[in-house]
Amino acid sequence: MQTCTFRLDGRLYGIAVAHVQEILRRQPTTPVPLAEAAVEGLINLRGQIVTAIDLRRRLLLPERAEGASSVNVVVRTATGVVSLVVDEIGDVLDLPDADFEATPDTVSDQVRPFLKGVSKLTGHLLLLLDPERAVDPAA
Amino acid sequence: MGDLDDLVKDFLVESHENLDRLDRDFMAMEDRPGDKELLAGVFRAIHTIKGTSGFFGFSRLQAVCHAGENLLSKLRDGALVLDGDMSTALLAMGDRVRSLLSDIEHGGAENVGDDQPLIEALHALATGSHHAPAAAPVATPEPVTVPVPVADSAPAPAPRVVASPVEAHPPHPPEGEPARSGEGSSIADSTLRVDVRLLDRVMNLVGELVLARNRILQESGGIRHAGLSNAATRLDQLTTELQEGVMKTRLQPIGAVWQKLPRIVRDLSKSLGKQIRVEMQGAETELDKTIIEAIKDPLTHMVRNSVDHGVEMPDQRVAAGKPAEGRITLRARHDGGQVVVEIDDDGRGIDPGRVKAKAVEKGVISAEQAAKMSDREAVTLIFAPGFSTAEQVTSISGRGVGMDVVRTNIERIGGTVDVASRPGHGATIMVKIPLTLAIIPALIVTCAGQRFAIPQVSLLELVSVPADKVATQIESVYDARVLRLRGQLLPLVDLAGELRLTPPPGGGPVRVVILQADHRQYGLIVDGVQDTQEIVVKPLGRQLDGIEVFSGATIMGDGRVALIIDPVGLAKRAKVASRKDAGSGSAGGSGPVLTPLLVFRSPDDGRMAVTLAAVNRLEELREDQIERMGNQEVIQYRGGIMPLVRVFRVLAERRKNPRNPDAGVKPGTLPVVVHAHGDQMIGLVVGEILDTVEEDITALRPATRPGIAGCLVVRGKVTELLTIDHVVKAALPALAEA
Repeated sequence: MQTCTFRLDGRLYGIAVAHVQEILRRQPTTPVPLAEAAVEGLINLRGQIVTAIDLRRRLLLPERAEGASSVNVVVRTATGVVSLVVDEIGDVLDLPDADFEATPDTVSDQVRPFLKGVSKLTGHLLLLLDPERAVDPAA
Repeated sequence: MGDLDDLVKDFLVESHENLDRLDRDFMAMEDRPGDKELLAGVFRAIHTIKGTSGFFGFSRLQAVCHAGENLLSKLRDGALVLDGDMSTALLAMGDRVRSLLSDIEHGGAENVGDDQPLIEALHALATGSHHAPAAAPVATPEPVTVPVPVADSAPAPAPRVVASPVEAHPPHPPEGEPARSGEGSSIADSTLRVDVRLLDRVMNLVGELVLARNRILQESGGIRHAGLSNAATRLDQLTTELQEGVMKTRLQPIGAVWQKLPRIVRDLSKSLGKQIRVEMQGAETELDKTIIEAIKDPLTHMVRNSVDHGVEMPDQRVAAGKPAEGRITLRARHDGGQVVVEIDDDGRGIDPGRVKAKAVEKGVISAEQAAKMSDREAVTLIFAPGFSTAEQVTSISGRGVGMDVVRTNIERIGGTVDVASRPGHGATIMVKIPLTLAIIPALIVTCAGQRFAIPQVSLLELVSVPADKVATQIESVYDARVLRLRGQLLPLVDLAGELRLTPPPGGGPVRVVILQADHRQYGLIVDGVQDTQEIVVKPLGRQLDGIEVFSGATIMGDGRVALIIDPVGLAKRAKVASRKDAGSGSAGGSGPVLTPLLVFRSPDDGRMAVTLAAVNRLEELREDQIERMGNQEVIQYRGGIMPLVRVFRVLAERRKNPRNPDAGVKPGTLPVVVHAHGDQMIGLVVGEILDTVEEDITALRPATRPGIAGCLVVRGKVTELLTIDHVVKAALPALAEA
């Protein structure tokens, strides 16, 4: 499976390329008061207003350091186009489906729903994100 | 319908259009049974569907259409004259065709079913053998062969070719009669069908272009260059024209929604035993497609209501000296930037007395409020939640959803609903809706460094309270703040507070945007007010669904996103009382009518309250400001002399020396409620001011001493509601007389 990789808090994550519409550098973002914490704000994607979700907050990782760089991964999901904010973007890898295993039980229950599985790369692990859940935990 | 052949798709679209026209034409035929032109049109439509369905091998469709066509051809040739049974059978045929088409749309094929009774009924009518029990389909199979096509595709006459011999009948309108059904066909050649999604995209692009234009204008403003500024001006004009042009492509005549109504009215009135004709004026009035969609259901509901509750039974009408046949008129017209749609009937009108009685019975209002209510106000009670005038719940309009849902839906798109009744002569429901939802004028405000857009339609006025007047014009009662505006107290909502934003350090003037939301008015405190702009409204993603404070977002001139505030949602969140409702007891508002109260501490740590409406201002006076005129304590106040009334001394206190009468009050100061008695200000010295709350004061528990209107429980404490008039009368008899 073609997987677009990205990093969050030093860890490697992946998302199926089929979901990814485009990658954007950091965009001016309008915060949305009263929205859930994971919603970073709204960005203007060529006239379309797109919700940006901070994956660090969604995956309960520590806050990004102030001024640290970030990238928008714009994904297409059942709930529309949504931008996922990650630390940095990596390569596109072609991973055989056989390499994926179920998410280990040790991963916290709050985070596990957002992950589809784990792939053993040489040297480290890649956590495969479920974009539908990530944009809408109720999905 | 992804796997459907394009040809089949075209067939479906075309057939649906044909059917819509068919419904209208059938209705018209009932009025003018001999109109050859109409009959020819109906015949043609059915014939086309039959031909094409044969081509695709939809055998049920073909058989049903064939039977209908048979009857229609006899009618067209004058061999038979249309009667009620025939109309009913033909309409039933239309419905069957519609349901078969929808099967095809969703499943790609016809479902299994038995059309034989319908087909036989149509044949019986066509052969004139029906004048036995009317609707009972005659069982004798007709010699007329119903073609049952073989499974492999029938000999395929191309639909256009089949249609052509019929079209060869030139549509000559009968002499002396204006062309009726022919009207539509002439424009057909100059129009083309466009996918709405494409239009939406073009619309979005134009929105973008508008923003790019704004940016260019902004940036080029500082550059002195004749060529550039000319080009910028030209770009500006062109963009404006383009925007208007694209907006127009999305406009549809309101007739598009109306055309289904005569059929609905016909079916309903038949089942109720009423006779009603539908008239339309201004069907060509154009509205944005999204608005057309949004008013479709409310409109249908209002018309159903008129049929069900408005127009009387024929015998009642005749007894009232009216023609047996009732009338419902649909009217539409442009009025400024809005479209006015009226639904007018000549029925019994709305009886304010009955409406009031019903509203009281349903607990919508109290009997006391009903007594005070004018007829005009009473009639609008039909829009109150939980109200339905139907004496018996009918299958037609008594379905739990009432006119309150209609009002909510209309208000959601920025419209208003009103009703006027002429008892005995009819009623008119008037709906005002904006032309378009996509581009609206809005005021841009700032709050905690962010920009927000407020739709102009909810804006009443802007008030700037200078820094040195803040203390006197804005009262703060714990977390509830009120603004004194021309002698009225207006609840204030702090935008930063509601949105949990950090406001910049205060000190400067306070800017207040006065908003109208539903029936409430309130002031919204913002940090700054920028300008008014035309903004392009865009929806928010599903992740933000639950936030009712925002109705959408827009892209500003600098390309950044700004949220659009929904004044109604914000008022709900901030729990702004509906002052108008509370004061006059008029319609609207849900549940019990709530009255804002000011709660203060009474001696012995009791609780007492006055209605906020009676409060002009709150002051904290110093003991040393008090002077005496005879026995009367007075104070110099706003260039006049204000008598002071010690409320607890006037009321017969239960205990001679109450404990702790001044609890919570700063030593040496007096909390004073300023009350206007006519022109005279009176200072009521009370205990510590605790809170403002909203309570239903229509059902008080009995009072235990004079001067108290009654008791209620506020936040778990028994609270006495003070009668200010009584206190004033007791303390200042001379003044009360005057």
